[in-house]
Amino acid sequence: MASKTMVSFSLNGSEVDVVVEPRELLIHTLREKCQHTGPHIGCETSHCGACTVDFNGMSVKSCTLLTVQAQGAQVRTVEGLAEGGTLHALQEGFMQEHGLQCGFCTPGMLMRAYRLLQENPDPTEAEIRYWMAGNLCRCTGYQNIVKAVQYAARKLRGEPAETSHPLLEAGAAHAH
Amino acid sequence: MIPRPFEYHAPQTLSEAFALLGAHGDTAKLLAGGHSLLPMMKLRFAQPEHLIDLGGLAELKGIREENGTLWIGAMTTENELIWSALLQSRCPLIVEGARQIGDPQVRYRGTLGGDLSHGDPGNDHPALMIALDASFVLQGAAGERVVPADGFFVGTYATLLEPDEIMTGIRIPIPPPGTGYCYAKLKRKTGDFATAAAAVTLRLGGGNVEHARIALTNVGDTVIRAADAERALVGKPFDARALDEAARLAMTACNPVEDLRGDAEYKRAMAGEMVRRALDMAHERAASPARP
Repeated sequence: MASKTMVSFSLNGSEVDVVVEPRELLIHTLREKCQHTGPHIGCETSHCGACTVDFNGMSVKSCTLLTVQAQGAQVRTVEGLAEGGTLHALQEGFMQEHGLQCGFCTPGMLMRAYRLLQENPDPTEAEIRYWMAGNLCRCTGYQNIVKAVQYAARKLRGEPAETSHPLLEAGAAHAH
Repeated sequence: MIPRPFEYHAPQTLSEAFALLGAHGDTAKLLAGGHSLLPMMKLRFAQPEHLIDLGGLAELKGIREENGTLWIGAMTTENELIWSALLQSRCPLIVEGARQIGDPQVRYRGTLGGDLSHGDPGNDHPALMIALDASFVLQGAAGERVVPADGFFVGTYATLLEPDEIMTGIRIPIPPPGTGYCYAKLKRKTGDFATAAAAVTLRLGGGNVEHARIALTNVGDTVIRAADAERALVGKPFDARALDEAARLAMTACNPVEDLRGDAEYKRAMAGEMVRRALDMAHERAASPARP
């Protein structure tokens, strides 16, 4: 049995230290040791993307990364998206555009879209579909996920974030 | 879905990595991006006692142009290949190929050197590298050697890389202006391996084909260079008859096995179709070179 090692990394801006076997996967550390259950375990075989987190500026599937590889890393999960009780533009977009039904894939979708919009603030629909292709959704058919990402992209660019499915009062949606 | 226990090592220099390889020899595996090895370890197909993570070796990263040759560090990721302005202008075949690998998250982690060293016939870079006449820098504690891509892949998960060696870099002669290229890949869905794929480079001169390279992915126990098909093209005009003959000869070079992606006959037919499409596109690009 390999001995355990301490791994220190930043999780949503807070320093965390965990003691793990080298074989422990990051998804298990996040969920079981750090109590961050936003990242979901869908397939556990790096296909579905439900476990996607932001890792040193990359979207990674945390089921395919060892926790020991996270030494010194900057990790962001869906728990770190909202700030001061205000939803991130992407979270607002997924709500406004009905970008989820059962919600299981949503934390991974949000974290992947978060990095996509950092890299490309004004993606075309084709670019959104291509660069979100590592996240599976079995409910929505993706159409509203694309709209949600477009909504967030407009809002983050400072443009009016008009929704095709008004849910909140127009004023409330634009108040942030 | 948890690997067997192992010791983890994170060397910060190549010499540290060689010392670890020397100490642990056959019981060690090198970890690059981990998107082939970790899934295999989770399924217990691979059970190394020591895992040597190359992720900390800055000397294995980067893309440079040196005297007409591109040098790509073995730990360069697929997304870094895709986003490289140097590759986009000097060697767009790599960009076109990398864009068809895995999915976005896999491409943030998966590396060129890992893809090549793994020796999986489903991996895409072996065919791309053969089509580009690339060579690989293999370094050991005693020194380095450079081996051509063509001949490096000897079977499923088998390459010329020795257990005490690390692939540190990939060298690619920059294709001359006017080189047509294409990677045509048939896959069932995002993230799947190819049902069949073909990498092609093509140059024309005096109305005839002057240079042709054709390499096939996932239709045999390793990457296949379709040398007979290349020979059938060179020195002749590029026309429908030449295309038919090249596709036919490439199909005879295949040796696919039946799996969920299809039976052998279907895969051979698809390999022929991928060769046809790749040659057509390469010809179009060669005939009208769009260069900045």
